[in-house]
Amino acid sequence: MECAFGITGKDYVLLCSDMAAGRSIIRMKSDENKIKALGPHLAMAYGGEPGDTNNFAEYVERNMRLYHIRNHYPLLPASASAWIRRTLAESIRSRNPYAVNLLLAGYDTTTSKPHLYWIDYLGTKAVVPYAAHGMGVYVSLSTMDKWWFNDMNKREGVEVLKKCIDEVQKRITVHFNFNCILIDKDGIHNINIDSQDPLAELESESKAASGDIVVDAPNSPLDVGVTA
Amino acid sequence: MARRYDSRTTIFSPEGRLFQVEYAMEAISHAGTVLAVLSKEGIAMAAEKKVTGKLLDLSLAPGGEKMGGEGTEAWMGGGGEKIFLLNNNILAGLAGITSDANSLVNFARNSAQRHLFTYDEDIPVEMLVQRLCDMKQGYTQFGGLRPFGVALLYMGWDPIYGFQLYQSDPSGNYSGWKATCIGSNHSSATSLLKQDYKEDLTLEDAKALCLKVMSKTMDSTKLSSEKLEFATMTLHPTSKQPLSKIYRPSELDGLLRDLELGGTAEDSVGAMEGTGGGGGGNVAIST
Repeated sequence: MECAFGITGKDYVLLCSDMAAGRSIIRMKSDENKIKALGPHLAMAYGGEPGDTNNFAEYVERNMRLYHIRNHYPLLPASASAWIRRTLAESIRSRNPYAVNLLLAGYDTTTSKPHLYWIDYLGTKAVVPYAAHGMGVYVSLSTMDKWWFNDMNKREGVEVLKKCIDEVQKRITVHFNFNCILIDKDGIHNINIDSQDPLAELESESKAASGDIVVDAPNSPLDVGVTA
Repeated sequence: MARRYDSRTTIFSPEGRLFQVEYAMEAISHAGTVLAVLSKEGIAMAAEKKVTGKLLDLSLAPGGEKMGGEGTEAWMGGGGEKIFLLNNNILAGLAGITSDANSLVNFARNSAQRHLFTYDEDIPVEMLVQRLCDMKQGYTQFGGLRPFGVALLYMGWDPIYGFQLYQSDPSGNYSGWKATCIGSNHSSATSLLKQDYKEDLTLEDAKALCLKVMSKTMDSTKLSSEKLEFATMTLHPTSKQPLSKIYRPSELDGLLRDLELGGTAEDSVGAMEGTGGGGGGNVAIST
């Protein structure tokens, strides 16, 4: 009983995940954050076997951080996706494999392009413009097929995401809370998808900051740059 | 007295020096010159070939007219002695003991492919330089082994930093440059480069500067493909992906003629004399 969405737009990518944690029909938590920031412009929404999920997500997070510290720049989304896929592909062939599915979203600062990858526990990787994992797949893919188009601006992207969430709430018997982020050239931003205008805060923020990098992410990464 | 510390690579002398490492660097300053110049549009590299001679059979080795070329053809190598393609996006020029250089080239190519395997991207230039330097440093510290008698110039491109030029030496130190030189006469070549380098060079300027300085530092007055290897690293005009080019002998001679630095067979002085740098017999050839 999980669901996560990813949607790319012109110069950003949206990532959204439910916040439920539980076993079988019992919900034990409805405010679990299942999106992890892996770098200044990279994040993933993960789900699967409880325990495996957090363990694997932290493993990935630490490795991304290590790469950043060693090389003074983070892995680009494409190479991060290759590393994560390889890790899962090696895991599934080991004695104790991870059962984790994830959506990896990132913004490539060298080409100024958004990236979204659909990755599952078997080590399958697909480069996609929009994607979903979990129960939400059954009701949201058709919605995205219908409403998604190339080079959407932020408002249009959020609109599609809202349609997907509405569909989930309408068709799936379980009620979910959703947690949502947007990644663009300035980094990772939290978005309150339940509010009337999810982008209002983001827009006022970027106006106020005007150029300053806003990294206000769940588990925001440390700045490893050395300051005098 | 110093002899007591000579034979041990990993032991400091009382003056705080590692003699074997210093001797290795000395060996390199007798090797053929390699120099490279960085520009916004790309990088040019020229290298002096030391092993020539009319009895040397190059018909099966890299160095024939069919060798060298652009893109994937550059894997065929050029003169096969000094300039090697380490990865799609990285070319290296080597100065020092040829056999040591071959093993370093092999290691570098392995590292680059390993990175490609895990990350599905070309290895960033500085990362490959670090890999090699970590290995070179190891031989200055761990017992009983001889350091690599090789210095390298690396020219490459990656999406993060664009065109880059690095130099590394037997101690495992490396540094980034706009124009630099290793091998014999490197100090005079470096001061010539310092004089003539400008920030806004085009690739054509960089190629010309490379060969001009080379012609001044080499013994022979006229250059030719007999004694020279030449390569460039640029971006493909349409795909914007790194494009390496190792010049074929005929192409290099053409370039030399355009720059009026030689390029005609009869003009080439010093070639065909068989100046194998190793001296007599089958000792390590320093090129």
